[in-house]
Amino acid sequence: MDLNFTDSENAFRRECRSWLEANVPSQRLPSGDTKEGFALHLNWENKLFDAGWAAVSWPKEYGGREATLFEWLIFEEEYYRVGAPSRVTQNGIFLLAPTLFEFGTDEQKSRILRPMARGDVTWGQAWSEPNAGSDLASLKSTARRVEGGWRLTGQKTWSTRAAFCDMAYGLFRTDPDQARHRGLTYFMFPLRAEGVTVRGVDRLDGDEGFAEIFLDDVFVPETEILGEVHHGWKVAMATTSSERGLSLRSPGRFMAIASRLVNLYHRFRDRSDPVLRDQVIQAWMDAQVYRWFTYQTVTRMAEGEEIGPDSSMNKVFWSEMDVRTHETALAIIGDALELDEASPSAVDAGDWMRGFQFALAGPIYAGTNEIQRNIIAERVLGLPRK
Amino acid sequence: MRFAFTDDQKMLRDTVRDVLRRECSPEVVRDAWEGKTEGARSAWNTLAQTGLIGMTASEGAGGMSMSELDLLLPLEETGYAAMPGPIVDTAAVGIPLLEAAGTDAQRERWLGLAAAGEARIVVSFEDREMVPHAASADILIAERGGAGYCLPIDEVSVVPERSVDRTREVGKVAFEPSPSYRMREDVNTVALFALGRERAALATAAQLVGLSRRMLDMAVQYAKDREQFGKPIGAQQAIKHRLANALIEQEFARPTVYRAGWSLATGARDAEVDVSLAKIYAGQAAKFVAKQALQVHGAIGYTIECDLHMWMKRAWALAAAHGDAAHHRERVGRHVL
Repeated sequence: MDLNFTDSENAFRRECRSWLEANVPSQRLPSGDTKEGFALHLNWENKLFDAGWAAVSWPKEYGGREATLFEWLIFEEEYYRVGAPSRVTQNGIFLLAPTLFEFGTDEQKSRILRPMARGDVTWGQAWSEPNAGSDLASLKSTARRVEGGWRLTGQKTWSTRAAFCDMAYGLFRTDPDQARHRGLTYFMFPLRAEGVTVRGVDRLDGDEGFAEIFLDDVFVPETEILGEVHHGWKVAMATTSSERGLSLRSPGRFMAIASRLVNLYHRFRDRSDPVLRDQVIQAWMDAQVYRWFTYQTVTRMAEGEEIGPDSSMNKVFWSEMDVRTHETALAIIGDALELDEASPSAVDAGDWMRGFQFALAGPIYAGTNEIQRNIIAERVLGLPRK
Repeated sequence: MRFAFTDDQKMLRDTVRDVLRRECSPEVVRDAWEGKTEGARSAWNTLAQTGLIGMTASEGAGGMSMSELDLLLPLEETGYAAMPGPIVDTAAVGIPLLEAAGTDAQRERWLGLAAAGEARIVVSFEDREMVPHAASADILIAERGGAGYCLPIDEVSVVPERSVDRTREVGKVAFEPSPSYRMREDVNTVALFALGRERAALATAAQLVGLSRRMLDMAVQYAKDREQFGKPIGAQQAIKHRLANALIEQEFARPTVYRAGWSLATGARDAEVDVSLAKIYAGQAAKFVAKQALQVHGAIGYTIECDLHMWMKRAWALAAAHGDAAHHRERVGRHVL
């Protein structure tokens, strides 16, 4: 065990820090989950990519810098420490890309990855359907084989930022004679094509962060299948494991939130009580503990171990920690918590209420925490399914 | 950055695990509850033969100069087995204190015996007269008025108290602080005992992780075996979610304890904050797992016929020993706020 960073890891941190400090926009960007904000965030993503910071762990040929997993964690710590903009490309770079590295063809990788990381082509996920949420395998959208490719029909929903994105990925039933997890295929498909209708849905926080996608006989060529025909479930599970595990929510994010909470506590100290004080300490400790847990996991990954269903523990922990931390912040702010960014008297421009509403989604997306607990019980503890 | 134990550390853990599986069964713990400590003594002696008891002593004193970090996994196993006896006091705290602060005569007389497992040490910190295993130990090391004392237990008044965990044999110790018991005065006694407190808290946290693991194993096994409504109760989501929550608490406590072990072993900055986190999370996890395990067992878990109670009661006692959550949270608070 050596919990010191190496000289080269420290050098990497200094390099991240100095670039980020010099380049992060001084003015806060409007929410990336609105049309205007999304476009401004893409400008930032262009800049990140051109300097080689958009996807540090990727191979150089795709615009990365072949950083180790620990260097990636360091990048994330520095990124959130300086309060850099949220990553509107995340459904591409953090979810689809790891799946492409595992299952994609060379042609797919060389065509898709660079424009994805630069923000030139943006990606949304299309997992859920109106009647297939937690029970994803009951999905009804189909793909029918035609000359030179496939035609997709069906409806997808809760697609993050799909109202502004160019492309999406999801599962479609290709074999009507097979049931449940079998006979599904993983497709990448265009959102601005004939037969596709995208309708934005305003989320809890009022931003048009969600969308419904209607597909009516939409043509996609054969080259848009990821993995094998009828074997898409296995491919999708690789994506969800990235989503639940650390790639979407690295410790840096929560360490930054915890230190902002400590700062908030100091500013409101005169009205604090011992309960709030304990909750602030708890939030800070939880972020530390999540960091050590993640470092342990990353060491296992770096040494070639499969993490598998253990990633469900990460997901439950970070999502519930995030809610608690924001609840504590709102309790510190008191009755001003209701004021949002349009209010001159809002505390921290209403960030905590906005963050709280965003955090509330955590226990729901990427597989509800109820589903995660089933996975932990059945696949880690070995309890019977039925 | 590498957050994992070495093969040697894991091998030592496996050795201890094997010894305790053979020699410290629940029956042995149960016997110790009833005052029949031969089995527990024999497990102690076998562990001593593997070198575990004396592993923190220097090589000259018959030990292996092992660090706080090396000690964690073996101690976790002693928690898993609910092994009775003052192993934390002897191996993690007492031997290093005796070696660093004992006079030549004290070391001459006791260090070799302690390292060989033949003399058991208990430690009484300042204002902590309540000492587990005092009656059955051989040596008391005590901190009184900023000075260290080391004396044979025969010369200590031990008034028995009774712990909810009968194997802990708690006693209240008192002795005449005579100069003949004094430890070295040319060392920083206060700092050495302060380090001893950190080691005690950390070692206890490691045992708490082991206790959690065993209680969760018991509960999972019971949930698989016990059938109601024509199927194992573990097939019910309400049971699954309880046990999933227990696993999460436990698995997040583990790296927290390991981190603190590394911090103490390397003298890292703010190591005491890491120790406090370890004690808080390991204690909370063990208490939480105990509660879930009891509920999953149902009425049988609420009897002393079921082994669970011995682990549960140890967990309650250890979660509060060497600083409870409130004490350690206050230390973290002073660092953070």
